[in-house]
Amino acid sequence: MIKFSDKQLKIPQMQRPVFLVTGGMSKFDRSIPEKRTEELVIDSFVEAAEFINKTPAELKEYIHSCYYGHFADHFGDQLLGEAVIHDRLGLDPLGNVGIKTGGATGGSTLWEAFKAVASGYSDCVLAMGWERMDEVPTDEGNNYIASAADKDWETPLGHIYTGYYAVMAQKYWQVFGKEEESFRHTMAEIAVKNRGYARMNPHAQGPMDITVEDVLNSPVVAYPLRALDCCLMSVGASCAILCDEKTAYELTDNPLIIYVSAGSHTLRVADRRDMDIPLLPNESPDQYKDLGERFPGGDRYPGFTSFLAARMAAYYGYRMAGVVDPTEDLDLVELHDAFTISDIQTYEDIGIRPYGEGRTYVESGDCYHTNPHTGEPGKLPSNLCGGLIGCMHAVGATGIMQTVEVGQHIWGRWAEMHEDQSKWDRFGRTKPDDWTNLQVEGAKRGLAISHAGVGSHVTATILVHPDHQLERNES
Amino acid sequence: MSTAKRGKVRVERGRYRLDGQFHFPYPNDPIRNEDGVLMGITNPRDLTHIHMYGGEAPFFEGLGQGKLLGTRCDNQNCDANGSIFIPFRIHCPDCLGKNTIVDMTETAQKGATVHTFMITERTGAFNTLPKPIRFVNVEFEGVPTILMGYLSVGEPEIGMKVVPIFNTTKPSYTILDLSWVPEGTNESDIPEGFTFG
Ligand SMILES: [Zn+2]
Repeated sequence: MIKFSDKQLKIPQMQRPVFLVTGGMSKFDRSIPEKRTEELVIDSFVEAAEFINKTPAELKEYIHSCYYGHFADHFGDQLLGEAVIHDRLGLDPLGNVGIKTGGATGGSTLWEAFKAVASGYSDCVLAMGWERMDEVPTDEGNNYIASAADKDWETPLGHIYTGYYAVMAQKYWQVFGKEEESFRHTMAEIAVKNRGYARMNPHAQGPMDITVEDVLNSPVVAYPLRALDCCLMSVGASCAILCDEKTAYELTDNPLIIYVSAGSHTLRVADRRDMDIPLLPNESPDQYKDLGERFPGGDRYPGFTSFLAARMAAYYGYRMAGVVDPTEDLDLVELHDAFTISDIQTYEDIGIRPYGEGRTYVESGDCYHTNPHTGEPGKLPSNLCGGLIGCMHAVGATGIMQTVEVGQHIWGRWAEMHEDQSKWDRFGRTKPDDWTNLQVEGAKRGLAISHAGVGSHVTATILVHPDHQLERNES
Repeated sequence: MSTAKRGKVRVERGRYRLDGQFHFPYPNDPIRNEDGVLMGITNPRDLTHIHMYGGEAPFFEGLGQGKLLGTRCDNQNCDANGSIFIPFRIHCPDCLGKNTIVDMTETAQKGATVHTFMITERTGAFNTLPKPIRFVNVEFEGVPTILMGYLSVGEPEIGMKVVPIFNTTKPSYTILDLSWVPEGTNESDIPEGFTFG
């Protein structure tokens, strides 16, 4: 049984508030042969500048240090690629650093940027993430991704990361899903939802108008996961500008407060040891006493069914931002839907639903922009950009892109950034005739989760409109 | 290009002694679009990396000898005292003391159970296992951790009793030298080169 000390569980205290001022993203696609990575990075930076009516040169004058998220030197085939990007953005001689935490790289980049401003080191920073996964065939790409598992103990086993992940999916499917057809159906609903939302997003590479049956009939990758349950492999970039209060209001009259927290767990699932469940503010100590009775095999925590890193990111982040119940206190979320089943697991880790009951977030219709059962707005819409399944997973960019998407809802500018015909034309994509505005009306607070592999790193980024702050909660 | 002289390495008096060639250069090719416009180039490569097992070397040597080694924290002042680690951990994750190597072969032969599993036809480049691969995550009595491996005979299910088999005939000195089969499997049914240890 592992225990944590009070010092380890301290709720992070920042020296000053930090604001998200703007953000941007490139087009995302499986391959973009006509552009170098730096061109995509510049595309996303230009979008961020234009979003606050600045020229790139004007915005650059404010930046004091830079944080670059790029998961895999293998994929980029360029060590110190951060220095290339930094030069092409014309940001020398500013201090900059590369950040690598697998699938959570985007979120971790924001985490570093956030701390740089909160500490007073910088008043304005750039967080930029990218990935270029199109320079090797898919099976070699899978080998590279599998190199992010333990190279001696895991990678030789098939060189396929999905496999290291799918054993967890299998356990969750049997213990908490009870191998029910209805649970499998719920997983498929997530794939349909996210690919459907991607249809409204000109940046998205995987839009599809499909049904639950299409998902259930797609090829098996590793049972119960099928091809349409899995995320995309992508190319693209995304960035965010974080500032202190004074600088934020110099750049825009509408910045958002940002909090970023992080958790971790073993790289090998094999090394996990049992522990008590760390509780979120909306949970009680006795709530999980009978978890193993209700779900035989589910009494081992975190076991193979939960992500301790996600739980800890929420543990710190909710208390920093004053979130008690995410479903009540947040207006939308962007989750790391690498697989439909990991999406469900995350609902529980971050307290949208109690452990064992993740599926009800989908089945209730709460996760939709418009609840399909009631026709009313969904209580806590998730992944309106399409997520990793529908929009993209250009690893270093993903967590930043999802944060920018949440910001666009709170700014009330989602339609402006997704509707414009010229953007669809520029990306060579056809805007659907039934294009729908997915703006979450009146959004004030949102969350983006960024997650690595089988749960080695997870970050929680919370955005809050300054007029709608909650009270910090240490309990 | 011939790779007959592919590099081999020995360690003598704490230094690497290299023999043969560790990389093989190939020429680039242009990549053009349908209009013949240059878009990029291919960058072929073939290289041999030198990788040390350090304190885990006994584990990988042990597999080829039909032994499954784990480690145990014997620090009386550590919360993890008495915890056995498989995967083999050189140092205790709590006190960071040097763990004691323990032979877990018999424990694995008597009481190993499939905690979870998965079956996949998909593999990444450089895979050498026959497809589909049946991953099994195996728990042992008295061990808090759960080891990942692959099943060589039969179909996996949660709760199934399994026993280890080892590539003792021509070991690769990798984790692939350890595999699992259902309890009661006949020696004649296990893959060539493998034994029960
Ligand atoms: Zn110890």
